[in-house]
Amino acid sequence: MTKKNKSAEALNDLGEKIVKDINKNKNPSIVVPIRALSNVIFNEKTKTLELGDKTSQRFFFNVAHAKKFLQTVEIASISKNLIDENKHASLRDVFYMAKRTIPGTNVNLVDEQSESDDIIEDLELISGNSREQLNVNANKNGSVVGKVTIEDSGDIIRWDKLGSGGWSIPSNVEEIKFKKVDAKYIIYMEKAAVWERLNEDKFWDKQNCILISSQGQTTRGIRRLLQRLYEEYKLPIYVLADHDIWGAYIYSVLKYGSINLAHASEHMAIPSVRYLGITANDIEKYGLQKNLIKLNEKDIPRIKQVSEYKWFKDNKAWQNEFKIMKQRNAKAEIQALSARGITFISNVYLPEKIKNKDFID
Amino acid sequence: MAENIKAYELAKKQKEISISEFFLKNRHLLGFDNPTRALMMVVKEAVDNSLDACTEMKVLPEIKIELKQINENRFTVIVEDNGPGIIKQQIPNIFGKLLYGSKFHSMRQSRGQQGIGISAAVLYSQLTTGKSTKIYSRVSPKKPAHYFELQIDTKKNEPKVIKDEEINWNKDNGTRIEIEIEGRYLKGKQSVDEYVKETAIVNPHSTFIYTTPENEKLTYERVTDKLPHDPKEIKPHPYGIELGHLIKMLQDTRANTLSGFLQSDFSRIGAQTAEEICRNAKLKTDKKPKNLEEKEIEILFKSLQETKIMAPPGDCLSPITAELLEKGLIKEIKSDFYITASRSPQVYRGMPFIIEVGIAFGGELDKEGQIRLMRFANRVPLLYQQGACAITEAVSETNWKSYGLNQSGSNMPTGPAIVLVHIASVWVPFTNEAKEAIAHYDEIIKEIKLTLQECGRKLSIYIHKHIKAAEQKEKISLFEKYIPELSNALSNLTNNKKENLINELQKILKKELPSLEAENGIKENDKKE
Repeated sequence: MTKKNKSAEALNDLGEKIVKDINKNKNPSIVVPIRALSNVIFNEKTKTLELGDKTSQRFFFNVAHAKKFLQTVEIASISKNLIDENKHASLRDVFYMAKRTIPGTNVNLVDEQSESDDIIEDLELISGNSREQLNVNANKNGSVVGKVTIEDSGDIIRWDKLGSGGWSIPSNVEEIKFKKVDAKYIIYMEKAAVWERLNEDKFWDKQNCILISSQGQTTRGIRRLLQRLYEEYKLPIYVLADHDIWGAYIYSVLKYGSINLAHASEHMAIPSVRYLGITANDIEKYGLQKNLIKLNEKDIPRIKQVSEYKWFKDNKAWQNEFKIMKQRNAKAEIQALSARGITFISNVYLPEKIKNKDFID
Repeated sequence: MAENIKAYELAKKQKEISISEFFLKNRHLLGFDNPTRALMMVVKEAVDNSLDACTEMKVLPEIKIELKQINENRFTVIVEDNGPGIIKQQIPNIFGKLLYGSKFHSMRQSRGQQGIGISAAVLYSQLTTGKSTKIYSRVSPKKPAHYFELQIDTKKNEPKVIKDEEINWNKDNGTRIEIEIEGRYLKGKQSVDEYVKETAIVNPHSTFIYTTPENEKLTYERVTDKLPHDPKEIKPHPYGIELGHLIKMLQDTRANTLSGFLQSDFSRIGAQTAEEICRNAKLKTDKKPKNLEEKEIEILFKSLQETKIMAPPGDCLSPITAELLEKGLIKEIKSDFYITASRSPQVYRGMPFIIEVGIAFGGELDKEGQIRLMRFANRVPLLYQQGACAITEAVSETNWKSYGLNQSGSNMPTGPAIVLVHIASVWVPFTNEAKEAIAHYDEIIKEIKLTLQECGRKLSIYIHKHIKAAEQKEKISLFEKYIPELSNALSNLTNNKKENLINELQKILKKELPSLEAENGIKENDKKE
């Protein structure tokens, strides 16, 4: 049986179970694993997040569940059609394929893309297939540069010959083959602007490393690419993020996995990544005290929440970072380093940090 | 020497600006800035005068308002009341002299504080049409009725009598004014129509007969024969005065000693408190008030602010009362549910005030969009400058979500509701002279919020009982529509026939319906973080 038939089979099973309920004159239901902090376990051995075994039952004849139930079956049906026709759709496409007003009502089947995105994540768990296996892709996001040669869909591509934009990372990197990898380490940064700065300074050439960026959240494509580079070439990975709670969580997702996708940690978490900066100590050491931003009303409760996560609770270094953020009532962006000169980051900050192994675990 | 000559020349040019000339140049400050608003202002000044006159004489008001359109942008405004009338000698001063009257200095709740006065309307008429204002007035059936045509001498701020005669008038007592002005008549939230309707809500003891420019006659009947409680005049409270005011009071007082002055010219100061104030200021109680030196007055002022003095009495206020406010709402607003509250007097800067709130919900009120906010000060509707008003701030900062209305952030809530807020005070603090927005005093905002919360709690009980049940029913009715959708998707997933699935699901719905209606909303336990 081929891969595609396997996911189509799983979706068919979901449908058959519902029909079975209906034929038994029972209120039809779907069992959905719970994707929330309450059902996330931190595995001390593998140092990654895992999904627990708590589930919820979604009923059709239930005022609070009905719409979500309908969305689940509808999107399963959309995914089945994609697999049957051997076509791939983006998350945005799926949203539009599902979006319509239910005849005779003023209810939309989905109102926002976040609803259909959420259902697709549920379907991954229900069917035991990844989003890619359901023929749904995310938008591509992020750039990479370095002395690496790959083969993608029959094309040979050199990451170091793609000018100022670099290679843009697709949402699915499973089929990519690494031909040649010449680098000592990888820096992953949360800001595309910082990546552009380092690429312009040819930092990757001088330091013999790979630079990867996203804009904001780290997509699955980037996480898979990082994990493959680590597993296949044992390259150390360093994270460059803002000294704020959001930067800390970006690091946490890369290292331990995310709460929302705890079921996929095995394919995405990289327990060996290290946090390079910006750290509370950097602010002192590099004199950034005058380039801080005040915490806002969203930062403060989030610090409390993140600092209580099981995987951060006993981490002294990180608790110290959170404590200082609160004490200073301030955060610092990576770009604050530009106050010391535009190439300060590539000429002084990064080489010094890496040479001194000045990281947080 | 040359400079001296220049100074003399300058002095010649520096004339005293009369108040009327000031109006001419600054009419926007007084609410006469555009023809639509001017029409409303003229009606408002005339109606305020009529209502205050009736209240003072303890007459149940019956007020006729008529707008006659002469051409596209010219109107005659006619307002006639059954009040006590005005004696002949006073008529020219009341209508022909700006800032004439006693209301400005009196510490007592009245509508009159709201505008610069009816004479501003007379002046506006004169400026825009050149016409005289016509006044009829009669004080008793035994006395003749007087008819005046007036203008204002803008340089001297004095009335100019064009005509003055005795006439036959088929009315025992009352006043009628006819003013021709440039204006524009529009419908909507800031119209004369709205002003009359809102005035009728907060003056449920009054009857209004309003004839629109389209010759439509609208009658707003009174729903109570109870006259509003006549507000007492009070003396200023020490916490509410300013230094300049204190200096003037010390000069004008008839008391011979400082202690006597404090006791007779302020509210809430007795012999003991007076002594304490003097002691704190290190001044002798028998010192002559007129002999206080500048420095001593400053110390006295400070002591007045720092000595603990009882809050002013509340009987100088005349609230609408919760009961009558509800009657007023019911008669003018068609909806399903009414709730009103009137709280006890509070104080800001030594000034007593009362907040009253009314909410009408459901029925014919618009379900979409923001709630309708109606603001009132001393029973006068505030139709302009909603955004700048402390009432608006208090309403939008209240958490209406917990009372069953929708609201995003600190915006106006949405839903089928009218929220009415009334502030009654001896001195309503307005943000500016147009007198359409209440200034942002913390004490006032806090008290408005408390009153809103009191009503909100009752509203929430009603909404949850009636509206949520209806919403649940609507949701249950949705299953019928969901069934074909689900069957379609399932048939695609499994190759079962759509029609069979529809039939089976409808059978299950029939079976489940009673329990669905009984326990709407089984807990959904797969909430995300």
